[in-house]
Amino acid sequence: MAQEYETVIGLEVHVELATKTKIFCGCSTAFGKRPNSHTCPVCTGMPGSLPVLNKKVLEYAVAVGLAANCDITRYCKFDRKNYFYPDNPQNYQISQLYLPICRNGYVEIETEEGSKKVGIHEIHMEEDAGKLIHDEWEDCTLVDYNRSGVPLIEIVSEPDMRSAREVIAYLEKLRLIIQYLGASDCKLQEGSMRADVNLSVRKAGEKEYGTRTEMKNLNSFRAISRAIEGERERQIDLIESGEKVIQETRRWDDARETSYAMRSKEDAQDYRYFPDPDLVPVSISEEFLERIRANQPEFRTEKMKRYKEEYDIPDYDIEIITGAKHMADLFEQAVALGGQPKKVSNWLMVETLRLLKEREMDPEDIRFSPENLVKLIALTESKQINSSVAKEVFEVMFEENVDPEKYVDEKGLRTVNDEGALRKVVEEVIAANPQSVEDYRNGKEKAIGFLVGQTMKAMKGKADPASVNRLLKELL
Amino acid sequence: MEKKELLSLSATALGKAIRTGETSAVEAMEAVLGQIRETESVYHCYVTIDEEAALKKAGQIQKKIQSGELTGPLAGVPVAIKDNLCTEGVRTTCSSKILENFVPTFSAEAVKNLEKAGAVMIGKTNMDEFAMGSTTETSYFGVTRNPRNPRHVPGGSSGGSAAAVAAEECFFALGSDTGGSIRQPASYCGVVGMKPTYGTVSRYGLVAYGSSLDQIGPLTKTVEDCAAVLEAIASHDLKDSTSIERKDTDFSAALIKDVKGMRIGIPRDYFGEGLDSEVKDAVLRAAELFRENGALVEEFDLSLVEYAIPTYYTIAAAEASSNLERFDGIKYGYRAPEAEGLHQMYKKTRSQGFGAEVKRRIMLGSFVLSSGYYDAYYLKALRVKAMIRKAFDDAFAKYDCILGPVAPTTAPGLGESLSDPMKMYLGDIYTISVNLAGLPAVSVPCGTDQNGLPIGLQLIGDCFQEKKLIQAAYTFEQIGKESR
Repeated sequence: MAQEYETVIGLEVHVELATKTKIFCGCSTAFGKRPNSHTCPVCTGMPGSLPVLNKKVLEYAVAVGLAANCDITRYCKFDRKNYFYPDNPQNYQISQLYLPICRNGYVEIETEEGSKKVGIHEIHMEEDAGKLIHDEWEDCTLVDYNRSGVPLIEIVSEPDMRSAREVIAYLEKLRLIIQYLGASDCKLQEGSMRADVNLSVRKAGEKEYGTRTEMKNLNSFRAISRAIEGERERQIDLIESGEKVIQETRRWDDARETSYAMRSKEDAQDYRYFPDPDLVPVSISEEFLERIRANQPEFRTEKMKRYKEEYDIPDYDIEIITGAKHMADLFEQAVALGGQPKKVSNWLMVETLRLLKEREMDPEDIRFSPENLVKLIALTESKQINSSVAKEVFEVMFEENVDPEKYVDEKGLRTVNDEGALRKVVEEVIAANPQSVEDYRNGKEKAIGFLVGQTMKAMKGKADPASVNRLLKELL
Repeated sequence: MEKKELLSLSATALGKAIRTGETSAVEAMEAVLGQIRETESVYHCYVTIDEEAALKKAGQIQKKIQSGELTGPLAGVPVAIKDNLCTEGVRTTCSSKILENFVPTFSAEAVKNLEKAGAVMIGKTNMDEFAMGSTTETSYFGVTRNPRNPRHVPGGSSGGSAAAVAAEECFFALGSDTGGSIRQPASYCGVVGMKPTYGTVSRYGLVAYGSSLDQIGPLTKTVEDCAAVLEAIASHDLKDSTSIERKDTDFSAALIKDVKGMRIGIPRDYFGEGLDSEVKDAVLRAAELFRENGALVEEFDLSLVEYAIPTYYTIAAAEASSNLERFDGIKYGYRAPEAEGLHQMYKKTRSQGFGAEVKRRIMLGSFVLSSGYYDAYYLKALRVKAMIRKAFDDAFAKYDCILGPVAPTTAPGLGESLSDPMKMYLGDIYTISVNLAGLPAVSVPCGTDQNGLPIGLQLIGDCFQEKKLIQAAYTFEQIGKESR
């Protein structure tokens, strides 16, 4: 039954920009500081204070707009969105309604069904609100204005997506573009990227859109997928049972895998938007636009193409490495420092991905430097450490970005290349394990593995397994 | 120096007397505080006065003058500041209950500029609540009376500032002008008041009423003082994005007694119905004086004058409704006691904290911005605003300045205006289009009516043409002095 319905989805994505200071004042945007320590008269809404636009916000917004194929509004304005809430110190949010900075763009997404363009209706700049903290003990609510005035862009898509897969592909595409621009780290969990899902269903083939709902509080790709599935089913059930979908805002509860209504269209507030008279309109010059255009980085598609031409690494590796800006930067820097592309790629693809997954980390959180990775590769290539020692060192490096050369020296992990010493240990191992020796000589090839292991153990891992193998075969 | 003589000095004359050692900043401050003690109970110009701090500051400034650190024309001169200009550590109430105990953490840029010039603040002057009103009767702290006749209002909203200058309770004052709030009380109290070109004086630290119209300016005894004060407060401020960088702020250079060849236009539209005949005669006599002294004076049709009032009240109220949202009982200022929950707290705080006129304008502004009405009211008002500006552009293609009355009448009696807000709004007819067009304009005294109440002459200039206004006003003032 459900197959007869088509899901129509549009997204409103908020992205916190990575500027050092807030959008309308000089306060720091640093995260996790003492409450209200990054505030001033402007971002706490003191009487008489005035906002002044941070130019960097404009640069980032235009850069994202250009990357998303948007028209840039050459004469844009800020508007006030009026609503009363204590997290909003002026009781109006400075945003853009009438003349947003970017309009009419698109991004191309790839899914199993092929590639598709998702339209961008507009991108606008706005300020974030403060944070309310309820003190259960004192039964009062406190407000922290450190986030008040942190710059955001809101990217509003057209209702062009038809499935959760397309939504995820779209979000990943946006995230990559923005990360590549350095405009934000786009972390859903930490809230530097937030997506609200507008969803409606309609019988396949129908021209008119159904009534849509807006879903909020989606903190991961997984939550987004589940919320889309859940909301689609909820709306179909309503229609099938002869009821109507109500236009409303709903909040997703990921733990319970269900949503509940926050407010309906009837209670929708009248925000009384009007142009903010405190901010002069922004006129974007040709020079400004040219400068942003000239500074646009190499985006993923171009990068993938170049990797294919320049480096002899598998397509799959290229896809993964270019899938995160930080990963691609690491790769290129390590190669520039002399690391062999294939080796660098291997470390990223195997050990790095394993540890990221184990620790539930994002590629953007990788801390080790390309210099140290190249040193580690050199140590391994020159057989100064063996591969198991290398993995051990890498793990420490991953955690603390230690210099592998120093670490290996401090811990005495260098492979013993003294043939005489090694031969002596091998002889001892042969003498101590007559049964295995016997087995090997009787054609049990596997027995040599045990002997190699015993030798490595006696050497405390600091031997080159290939040399051990060669010596064993020679002596047996 | 004898106290009476000292108090009668203009700000620049006092500054000179202090620099030459004839008197001192402390002596001047003591004289002014003495005068306040004598007359303030009648006039009520001030909301807040800190005598001790004022005297202490005067002492510090006097030392800096003696050491040669301060040499400007306003060094050591006591000044009164309108109570909608933030003053660090000194409560700033906007004459509203909602900010009764609000103490700012910073000073307005204009106030800082005066501090740099060595002027010494006496206190904060009374005003219409949040600058909404034309009589200073909407103040939570009670009315200010007109020093020329205490049964009459001083005008508003900068009524406390104008009255303080007229009553010699200060040597000059700062006011703010959104629709005539400097010029009209200056006219009613018989002092000089100027609203500069929008963007000339930083609005940083001015508690906003209608942000696109608000401008800070001087209220003074003489045109010379007006030029000196404007010179001190004008600055390009990066904290105010509407602030303009100007190189021509040496306004005192325009104190030239000469109007020969100056082209002065008199809008016929300003002399129609509603204009008091005594005011009309005084203003036309002033025009005649300009003509006699070589100015080319002629009448013309400005047009659109009747649209200025609805346009102004739409835009100013819309901006005010949003600007005043921050007064909610959460962060500072008055919070209603015994409110259950957030929304009731908001409602009670704002219902109890704001006066009737403020609430009326918040309602009006919220209405014109609400969905379904925005285009019909607010957007239309913005379009008319642009047309009014165009009408002035056309006029300034022909004239150096425009001459007319400041207000249709002299100061009304206390209690006459508030009962009929529409009538009160109509009283702004000659002043508000100046704000809508962002122009500079000055009010200079040009006589009195049969009851001895002052009449003001308004000179309006093109954007950035304050110097022409100062030259014209100065000439008029000097000729008047000679003929007296």
